[in-house]
Amino acid sequence: MIINHPLLGPRDSQEFTYLGDMSLINRPDWEADDAVDQFHEYLYLRDNPAGEHKELWFHEQGDRSWLVVTRNTLTHDITKVEIAKDIARQMGRSK
Amino acid sequence: MRYSGFRVIKEALTGHKGWKPTWRDAEPQPEYDIIIIGGGGHGLATAYYLAKQFGQKRIAVVEKGWIGGGNVGRNTTIIRSNYMLDGNEPFYEFSLKLWEGLEQDFNYNAMVSQRGILNLIHSDPQRDAFVRRGNAMILNGADAEYLSREQLQEELPFLNYDNARFPIKGGLAQRRGGTVRHDAVAWGYARGADQHGVDIIQNCEVKGIRQKNGKAIGVETSRGFIGAKKIGCAVAGNSSRIMGMVNRKLPIESHVLQAFVSEGLKPVLPGVITFGAGHFYVSQSDKGGLVFGGDIDGYNSYAQRGNLPVVEDVCEGGMAIMPMIGRARVLRMWGGVMDMSMDGSPIIDKTDIEGLYFNGGWCYGGFKATPASGWCFAHLLAKDEPHETATAYRFDRFHKGLMIDEKGMGAQPNLH
Repeated sequence: MIINHPLLGPRDSQEFTYLGDMSLINRPDWEADDAVDQFHEYLYLRDNPAGEHKELWFHEQGDRSWLVVTRNTLTHDITKVEIAKDIARQMGRSK
Repeated sequence: MRYSGFRVIKEALTGHKGWKPTWRDAEPQPEYDIIIIGGGGHGLATAYYLAKQFGQKRIAVVEKGWIGGGNVGRNTTIIRSNYMLDGNEPFYEFSLKLWEGLEQDFNYNAMVSQRGILNLIHSDPQRDAFVRRGNAMILNGADAEYLSREQLQEELPFLNYDNARFPIKGGLAQRRGGTVRHDAVAWGYARGADQHGVDIIQNCEVKGIRQKNGKAIGVETSRGFIGAKKIGCAVAGNSSRIMGMVNRKLPIESHVLQAFVSEGLKPVLPGVITFGAGHFYVSQSDKGGLVFGGDIDGYNSYAQRGNLPVVEDVCEGGMAIMPMIGRARVLRMWGGVMDMSMDGSPIIDKTDIEGLYFNGGWCYGGFKATPASGWCFAHLLAKDEPHETATAYRFDRFHKGLMIDEKGMGAQPNLH
């Protein structure tokens, strides 16, 4: 698979390490009353869709950026690649 | 019809006119006591043991495609019980014991061949870890044997003992492990289940699970609604798709695992051999092809095909321990979709929906588990309580921190 890095252009997926579902960006609040339940859901439960999947890839052998890759799990087609930092900021992280 | 040597001779002398279809092509009835979703090894084994062992009636197996067309026909056919942890080892040893009596039990030649499995050791710490695992196996009634480098050199002279990076320092053998003709497992269980009255309904895709007052009452299928008192889901690889129909998230990701077969060779490998430093395992089929595989590709996939970097990695592993493999050409390769669970161990449990039961999360170890998985799932479906060897395979073990993580990798499914 070729991942079209927003900054570096098309790169072989072998340069990357795969983490998993993009929802892993949204780490729950450890002080919440139901933190145990929230962390259970965050750490262990997955949508695991057959089709479009937004997922985190780390450019380990490149610029060390985290990317959010939109990829179809039925065809391996990659339709969108974004910098994870931008998405996390859009979702209100690290303001 | 019972199969036997006598029957083969009789049919040979009478023009092979007496053979009957191995199972009926059943039409779906309006309602069953128990419906199993998924006509793979585990689903068919569940139906077989439900009918034969647990005396259940009115059972159906519904399958989207044809039986045995999924992972039971896509694996590398290895059976073994060389696990370490308490939640796992009794279950897998139970499974291996069932394999040993399986062909007599369901009167079908599944070519169960206990040719042994050997895990190679490449360093002193690995020797300690493997000996510890061997002791855990022995404590659970399995067999394990430590083999020195000299013993191995006598048995398997073709291995590369003096690889500069990964010298072979010994091995952990399980002589009762081996291989089984995987398609015949599906066919044998299907035939056995059919003879006990189970309806096997192929080309019948489950589209939804109908609920009433919080209870599952049947399945919507491409061939209409089929009612059921109990529904068992045994569709590993696609578990999230079925459970997604009732809006449940699972501690599972689907990943693709590739497997390979070389051209047919004269007998060169006596048993199953696994590389201890990379991920590579190989055996030789009775047709002569070397059957081998390695790691999963490592990203979510339902595509049943993988990418070339893993092909290269697997072949490197093969060349590292067995340079002669470089003389063989790869004939075929394919991919299967695995339920990779969050701790690398399976789930056989009730769901929070009454009447809906779940069997999945087999990672890439489902084939060897087929008989025990079927038996334990049948036990759960028939008696509403887990079998004694499967009590740890619960959904809530993640919430309670009771993971069964053989490799100690944590909640990272692509590393198990």
